[in-house]
Amino acid sequence: MDILSQISEHLQKGEDQKVSELTKSALNQKKSPREILNHGLIAGMNVIGDQFKAHEIFLPDVLMAAKAMAAGTAQLKPFLIKDGIPSRGKVVIGTVQGDLHDIGKNLVGILLKGAGFEVIDLGNDVAPEKFVETALSNNVSVIGMSALLTTTMGVMKKVTDIIQQDNLSAKIKVIIGGAPVTKAFADEIGADEYGYDAGQAVECIKSMTGQN
Amino acid sequence: MRQFFIPRIEKIEPSQEGVFLSQGIARGVKPSKKIVELYSTALLRYRELAEPKGVIETISVQDFSQVHSGMGMNEKKTPLATIYPQSQYLALLAFTLGETISQEITRLFNNNDFALGSMLDSVASEGADMATRVGEQEFYQFLMVKNQCEPSITVLLYSPGYCGWHISAQKRLFEYLRPEEIGITLNQQFLMVPLKSITGVLVAGKRDIHIFKNNYSFCHECNHRSCKKRINELKKRDKEINNGHIKSDLRASAKGRGSKSI
Repeated sequence: MDILSQISEHLQKGEDQKVSELTKSALNQKKSPREILNHGLIAGMNVIGDQFKAHEIFLPDVLMAAKAMAAGTAQLKPFLIKDGIPSRGKVVIGTVQGDLHDIGKNLVGILLKGAGFEVIDLGNDVAPEKFVETALSNNVSVIGMSALLTTTMGVMKKVTDIIQQDNLSAKIKVIIGGAPVTKAFADEIGADEYGYDAGQAVECIKSMTGQN
Repeated sequence: MRQFFIPRIEKIEPSQEGVFLSQGIARGVKPSKKIVELYSTALLRYRELAEPKGVIETISVQDFSQVHSGMGMNEKKTPLATIYPQSQYLALLAFTLGETISQEITRLFNNNDFALGSMLDSVASEGADMATRVGEQEFYQFLMVKNQCEPSITVLLYSPGYCGWHISAQKRLFEYLRPEEIGITLNQQFLMVPLKSITGVLVAGKRDIHIFKNNYSFCHECNHRSCKKRINELKKRDKEINNGHIKSDLRASAKGRGSKSI
């Protein structure tokens, strides 16, 4: 088995140390960082993503693989920065103003990075204007918002309102999620997509950015 | 009555099944050995780091009506608005698992230990969920000791932020209960710090007052539907009592998420 397939295999098993070592070896073998990223790390995460979608594995399996992915990309980072290899797209994510719950949002961020996206994580308690400003200043096409409380869901509408008022709908797409959020609510406030869970949110974002 | 309580950690130790459910692993599914080990590690970490503390204080219906009104932002019709005036006794409850466990979850995520961080978060959320029941039992026992109620009474917790009771009511609840004494503070958005904390009103009354139809204006937007689960458990228990399977209906509260802020 070639080294890239080995990276992919060990990543799928969530073996972060092994992935880190193999990534280093691949670099020593003069494999390009792009090759290692695409055919080793992302290839492995793609398998994980498919298995998760098919309910063959569970969230902890995905998160263990994501840790291995992070270990591999840490080895590649200096080269990726130097070479300026483009990501699959940029996404701004955050938990809306008034809400401090960030586990769901963090999971989406982890899975997005695993899928090869560049993630700008604004953290929690994020003001509506901040989402839009960050998206515009970083040329980001997707904003992802999370809320755990029914009382903070209203902030999501403020973001979609700003986007509509400023005629940014063609430029910035919005996906929302979180325990109290529903598809009906997403439609009501004019969000483009609703992510039922972290895995589905990533699939939606892939499709929103033309990656599917 | 104002009473502090510190539940034994075993009393608020979540089951593997409950934690797995919140990780998206359905009942009856056998996860890998690695996932089971992850759960065990998270549970050990929970035992080490949880600092459970609670406070309960009785409140009159009249005083509670002020707390319930909060800042006037509740939905027009809510189940609690119908339930609490029919209660026999009311008490406010606050409970926290402390800040250390939240810090550990953040630390794990920052160190890319996502799976353990997420598992610990689930364990802590389920643990705080169980504390709801401990609080209900504490109040029940207090009422029994004081001979203030029939043993068949049911105590359930209702919390701001759920079922039409606006979260801004936390402000008045905090003014009355002062949970700062157990380390819980409220931020400007009425959210509690530490995150793994719960507050609410313990409603003691006849079982029937807790049973309602979930056809309120806000129900169609709710994903929890935990009210349904609680009501079904109450009804199930009624049947068991009527059939003689349960002789005494002590600790009458049904286990359920209730309404809480986790």
